Amino acid sequence: MVDDQWYLILSAVLFTIGGVGVLVRRNPLVMFMCVELMLNAVNLTFVTFSRSLDDVGGQVVVFFVLVVAAAEVVVGLGIIVSILRRRPGATADDVSLLRG
Amino acid sequence: MDAVVFVAAAAIIVGGALGVVLSPNPVHSALMLVATLFGVAVIFVQQEAHFLAAVQVIVYAGAIVVLFLFVIMLLGVDKAEVLTTEPLGGQRPAAAAVGVAGLGLAVLLAVQAAEVTGARSLSGKLSGDESNLELIGRSLFTDHLFAFEATSALLVIAVVGAVVLARRPREPEEG
Amino acid sequence: MLSAVWLVPALPLAGFLVLLVAGRRLGDPLAGWFATAMVGASFVAGVVTFAGLVAEDEEERSFTFRLFEWIDVGGFKVDVSFLADPLSITMVLFVTGVGTLIHLYSIGYMHGDERFSRFFLYLNLFAFSMLVLVLGDNLLLTFLGWEGVGVCSYLLIAFWFERNSAAVAGKKAFVTNRVGDWGFMVAMFLTFLALGSLTYSGEDGILERAGSLPESTALGIALLLFVGAAGKSAQLPLYVWLPDAMEGPTPVSALIHAATMVTAGVYLMVRVAPILEQAETASTVIAVIGAATALFAATCAVAQRDIKRVLAYSTISQLGYMFLAVGVGAYVAAIFHMVTHAFFKALLFLGAGSVIHGVHEEQDMRRMGALRALMPVTAATFIVGWLAIAGVPPFAGFWSKDEILASAWQDNKLLWAVGAVTAVLTAYYMSRQVFLVFFGDARWREADQKSPDEALAEPEHEPAAATAAAGDEAEHHGDEPHESPWLMLIPLVVLAFLSIVGGALNLPGVLTLEHWLEPVLEGDLHELEVAGWLQITLALTSTVGAVLGILAAREVYLRHRVPAERLEPEVLQHAWYVDEGLSAAVDGPGEAVADGAAAFDRRGIDGVVNGIATVVRTGGSRLRVVQTGYVRNYALGISAGAVLLMAFFIARASF
Repeated sequence: MVDDQWYLILSAVLFTIGGVGVLVRRNPLVMFMCVELMLNAVNLTFVTFSRSLDDVGGQVVVFFVLVVAAAEVVVGLGIIVSILRRRPGATADDVSLLRG
Repeated sequence: MDAVVFVAAAAIIVGGALGVVLSPNPVHSALMLVATLFGVAVIFVQQEAHFLAAVQVIVYAGAIVVLFLFVIMLLGVDKAEVLTTEPLGGQRPAAAAVGVAGLGLAVLLAVQAAEVTGARSLSGKLSGDESNLELIGRSLFTDHLFAFEATSALLVIAVVGAVVLARRPREPEEG
Repeated sequence: MLSAVWLVPALPLAGFLVLLVAGRRLGDPLAGWFATAMVGASFVAGVVTFAGLVAEDEEERSFTFRLFEWIDVGGFKVDVSFLADPLSITMVLFVTGVGTLIHLYSIGYMHGDERFSRFFLYLNLFAFSMLVLVLGDNLLLTFLGWEGVGVCSYLLIAFWFERNSAAVAGKKAFVTNRVGDWGFMVAMFLTFLALGSLTYSGEDGILERAGSLPESTALGIALLLFVGAAGKSAQLPLYVWLPDAMEGPTPVSALIHAATMVTAGVYLMVRVAPILEQAETASTVIAVIGAATALFAATCAVAQRDIKRVLAYSTISQLGYMFLAVGVGAYVAAIFHMVTHAFFKALLFLGAGSVIHGVHEEQDMRRMGALRALMPVTAATFIVGWLAIAGVPPFAGFWSKDEILASAWQDNKLLWAVGAVTAVLTAYYMSRQVFLVFFGDARWREADQKSPDEALAEPEHEPAAATAAAGDEAEHHGDEPHESPWLMLIPLVVLAFLSIVGGALNLPGVLTLEHWLEPVLEGDLHELEVAGWLQITLALTSTVGAVLGILAAREVYLRHRVPAERLEPEVLQHAWYVDEGLSAAVDGPGEAVADGAAAFDRRGIDGVVNGIATVVRTGGSRLRVVQTGYVRNYALGISAGAVLLMAFFIARASF
């Protein structure tokens, strides 16, 4: 039997990697993928707790996270497409008009 | 037996995640992402969240990553990114520091939460005679009906939004 | 009858306003008659109020007439009210009385001046201010009048402002007065702080409660008020403006700088006598400065060549006597001498004006002489004034000056000695003046006999009057000095009469004035405990001294036993170089202080204000760097914040 804490540690590691990836990568699509990693880590945590607390609600939440992540990806990629169509080869650093 | 499965899945997950972050080529990153998602699905199965594992593979790996690849190919951003330089000074060290700090805190929490306290079965029992699918379905369509319907609406809106966003701008009439 | 008191200042104010609008149209001499009528009516109102006071019992002789409420802020309440009590009515009577006579005189004196009506405009304004000063029932109203007379003094001294020396003298008077005003103002602040009110008598009266003041506070208030009085009444070291103020027309010198404005300081000190009584040291300081000023000014008067400057220094000296009286607690004596001084000093100044007018604007006494025959009335009245100021019995000055000297003897023999020596000098220099002007050789016949650096002799004096004099010359006997018109002579005669009988105001034994002022001064009256025979001895001593002074002057200036130059050294002519000393002090260190203050203001205060702006601006431009525009930096910020929050919560949960 694997203790819960290993799952939690795993999801923490996954979350951290995803987070650092968002901060470090410049390609917008790769940044998006890293966000997906973070969402997965959260899902993992929810499922772990759902089992240890014997609660179906945790899995329902994961379900919803999944659905919303899908919607988010759709819209996000739409935005990325519209930006990159105008300026091909743009990276996250090129949208810096809010510079003070 | 569980431990072996866990370790293997964990290795795939972590390896895939590192691949996503460290690959210069976005296509490689997408493929690494698929690996990670599969690993997570395996963990879901081990946690007896069968329905979620299936949905994970179908939706995430099957649809979302495909969508990613479509966009990558469509826009031709499959050129490798230059990873050695970092135009924003101090970003990498700061990101590393934040990552290490965050990880440390989360691990601390995880270790302390080995004894999970809290009310059990708040939303409904997970264990029981019915299958996982039945339990989730029942909870979804009764206790969380409103959220379900709202999410459906959200999906529709997202689709409409994506179509609007991705349209090519119309050419002006006059020459 | 007592409610007529408001008319007293109101009538000159009305005169001022009418002349402001229609003065030019009224012209010469109607404007003058109108102004005189206003002040005369004010005098009548003063007499009516006086009668009203007399009709009351002794204890009830204090009437406050409230015009309107002026300030009512927090705990600070000041009304515009007039206080009619024996002290203020005494002041009103002689201010308006002498004032009316001088207005009358001015009609003749200023005839032909192109700004004739403006002169009377200022005179009426002055009268109004002086009366507000005297009748005000609180320190603030008195201060209002105080400032008003200061302004009028400036306007009138610099009346012939085309002459640079007059303009400068006006400024000097105003600025020196201002130094005194600072003292007055701080004293008011202190009074309010200590007693919560500025009103003299009544429910918040400060005078009744003066006994409750701690000695140091009373000392502060008294000394600060004395600084104000020293400025207004030309005591050391703030006297420097008075001799230069002789640049103004002679009626101005008579009214303002002899009879009325300069007495404001004495009035103020007598009014706040209860406060002085609380602080012994203040009285001592006042007495010492008064005595020192008296002696100092007398020494300077000995060597002056200008007929008006002698009288100016004489005024300073006599004011010193009044402050000496105040300092030794002889308040009645001070007021007595103030009144008699008003009579004979105004007389002397008006007489000097008559002489100047008669010798066609010559003011240097070395170019006068033997005018007795040519200007008989002027000479006769001037001689009366001379005897009065010299302290020859039975003229008015003898009685008042001797009362002061007796009180001084009672307090401090040294002060008496200074006073006595000053009296001898007074007799000496006044006799010198009389002999130079009215007796001796007719030096005016000789053209340029004396040394050429007599810049005073130039006919730039009183330019407009000079053209009038030229017109008069055609009517009179060519270049010979002549008597003045009757309009100028009548006031001289009246004042001469008053100088003779004025002593009756407070004869020893009868003490009319003392009884009259008793309700006001109450517990502060210092009884003259000098024995009768001692009083007579002192009186005899001063008379002998006066006679000695007269004889000495006769030897020098009539019989020419001693060359005059030896007794008129440069140092005295330049008044011990006090003016030059002050100029040097203000020029050098004064300017350095001013520069320092300006630099501090520029760098310190402006620096602080500008510095705050700079700090804000610099801070803003430094902080601007955070807005890089890069989404990844912002994401980093968010992550860092989230990690910190997590750490905080974990830490909290652990402990």
